Amino acid sequence: MHISEGVMSAPVLITGAALAAAGISVGLKKMDSDKIPEVAVLSSVFFVASLIHVPIGPSSVHLIINGINGLLLGWLCFPSILVALTLQAILFQFGGITVLGVNTVNMALPGVICYYLFGRLVSRERRIVSLVAAFSCGFFAVLFSGILVALSLVFTEESFMPVAKLIVLAHMPVMIIEGIITLFCVAFLKRVKPELLGGIYGKGS
Amino acid sequence: MIEEQFSIGDSFVHNLDPRVKIIVAIIFSVVVAVSSNFSALLPALVVAVLLILLAKLPVGKVFYRLLLVNGLILFLWFFIPFTFRGDTLFTVGPLVGTKQGVLYASQITLKSNTILLAMIALLATIPISTLGHAMRQLHVPDKVVHLFLFTYRYIHVIFQEYQRLVNAMKMRGFIPKTNIHTYKSYAYLMGILLVRSYDRAERIHKAMLCRGFTGKYYTLSRFSVRTGDLVYLTVMLAAILGLVMLQWRVTI
Repeated sequence: MHISEGVMSAPVLITGAALAAAGISVGLKKMDSDKIPEVAVLSSVFFVASLIHVPIGPSSVHLIINGINGLLLGWLCFPSILVALTLQAILFQFGGITVLGVNTVNMALPGVICYYLFGRLVSRERRIVSLVAAFSCGFFAVLFSGILVALSLVFTEESFMPVAKLIVLAHMPVMIIEGIITLFCVAFLKRVKPELLGGIYGKGS
Repeated sequence: MIEEQFSIGDSFVHNLDPRVKIIVAIIFSVVVAVSSNFSALLPALVVAVLLILLAKLPVGKVFYRLLLVNGLILFLWFFIPFTFRGDTLFTVGPLVGTKQGVLYASQITLKSNTILLAMIALLATIPISTLGHAMRQLHVPDKVVHLFLFTYRYIHVIFQEYQRLVNAMKMRGFIPKTNIHTYKSYAYLMGILLVRSYDRAERIHKAMLCRGFTGKYYTLSRFSVRTGDLVYLTVMLAAILGLVMLQWRVTI
């Protein structure tokens, strides 16, 4: 869901950069130097996930997992996604310098929102509550990202409206898959390493 | 799969001071991104192509890279000519393609590819570790730089781990299909990657503390600005100024 270089207008680019800078500075404040290796390892999982393609019908989509990223990292997901996107821009030229701010916000803000909406619910004892919250976390993170991408396009140029709508619609299956994957992933983590889900990275210290 | 395809090489561009390249890349990208005038965008494309040639990069590989990242642009081409209001240029069935729409789509395509070429020529020719140190010298916050370097280091480790796990799944007869079993398996794969990487991060951190890590990164590489760098910087800034003047029709 990257927006390429050269598509956005200046006001959108500037707004994106400013919002990203704000989010990143909050994230950096909450991130102890001690935690850098842990956040880095999670950022690289996030990077690698974008290379994993899961089948859907005759086609395939790559994982986004910004929901899981937000769930585990809270505000730290801003710096985490920033470095992952920077690396993608330099290694694969997906995204780029001028759109880095917009792309970071489009991916990280939904993560943070889902952290606040579902973070507590996910770690509840009752299995059904926790699983529904996990599914919603994956689902809504992608939905919000799609909406943010669509908004960035529409604010650039009104006639992007049909494209923007189509992008959100086309992400419907991705939302469902991300929801399912987040659900099973959370169920797995609860059994294997529940302390990861407590938002231990997100709390700061 | 994850390799720095363009970072190794011996050319004028490869030997430039990375800080100079980063600064030029940022200013150039920003100017091109906010330009809209073809009389500025076409020369900008020429500059970007010259940068690629100057870096002696394999043209085939660069072209292939451009094809890969032009997906969104191609997608937009299916819409913009028809959703943009303006003078009719052509019709496809009931759809009307407008001249303004085609011009706008061409403008986006041009901008996107120009910036991509400049990025490949200027940024992809810097090895990632050097890039990290250059960023620090350009006053990017230390935490961001550390996170960047660590993340780059662990991408390879985790990708290997991922491949190992996928191979193990294949050995047990796993064939990805569109069904819950597949998604569940991928979710568990993600889960185990997270758990292992978390444990790994803890071990790494302890090992680093044992070796006296205090949150500072030391580097032996010293950057120095040489005459070549200054000449390059001056020429590029002049070229970018020229583009700005062409875009906003400023005449001296």
